Amino acid sequence: MAKSTIRLQAKLKDNITQIKALIKHPMEIGTRRDLKTGKLIPAHFIQELTCTHEGKIVMSANWGSGIAMNPYFAFRFKGGAIGETVILAWKDNLGKKGARKVAIKKSRR
Amino acid sequence: MSLPRRDFLKGIIATSGVMALGTILIPEILMAKEWPKDAFYAEKVEDVLLKLFEDADPAKSNQIIIEAPEIAENGAVVPIEVTAPFTNVDSITIIGDQNPTPLIAQFNFADNTEAWIKTRIKLGKTSNVVAVVKAEGKFYIAQRHVKVTIGGCGG
Repeated sequence: MAKSTIRLQAKLKDNITQIKALIKHPMEIGTRRDLKTGKLIPAHFIQELTCTHEGKIVMSANWGSGIAMNPYFAFRFKGGAIGETVILAWKDNLGKKGARKVAIKKSRR
Repeated sequence: MSLPRRDFLKGIIATSGVMALGTILIPEILMAKEWPKDAFYAEKVEDVLLKLFEDADPAKSNQIIIEAPEIAENGAVVPIEVTAPFTNVDSITIIGDQNPTPLIAQFNFADNTEAWIKTRIKLGKTSNVVAVVKAEGKFYIAQRHVKVTIGGCGG
């Protein structure tokens, strides 16, 4: 079974759910060279990303290799309730996929 | 609780061993939206805009707030934050005008999603970070200058 490489948080405060995500991924641009061999390092980056709340898409994104390595992002949506499900899923240019599911928690801030 | 960034980053290492992917079903429909290849491979900002928005001519807006460091020491990791104070924002597109392929990302929002995004981008050299916002069929554009001391695109 694949290891999850996503750190995902969904926190509710004042009827707004804030999502924070950190994905372990090289986000290789394809034009960098290996310092030892001098060979090009092939492009390898996340292209598509979707975040759902209780099965409904709240955010989807298309990315290029200009997103920094180990991508981090945050966004917010209105609504959400403690315990409801948020799923983040990604797919990269090599067809690899990753996903993570979390329950919304109360923000302690 | 405000999770310190260091702990947040550490979390990945700590949890990656135990958090198995399991059987999260990813409905295919979620992945159905096609990745706009032509826009991501375009080498000029004008071409990116053309491929993504066709003949739409985004209006310059000083309402879009782009937060970014004035000077980024490391172009490989530049934190940015975009806020678009319009109603019913469909998407925020982020472009680095001096990158070899300027289009960085396009974020699409549902009706209940706030027009705000925070992420980290790469900038090859000193650039303008450009944000294009689509809201209620209209397009708005804004930019912010970021000086880069060490480029982030390698090569």
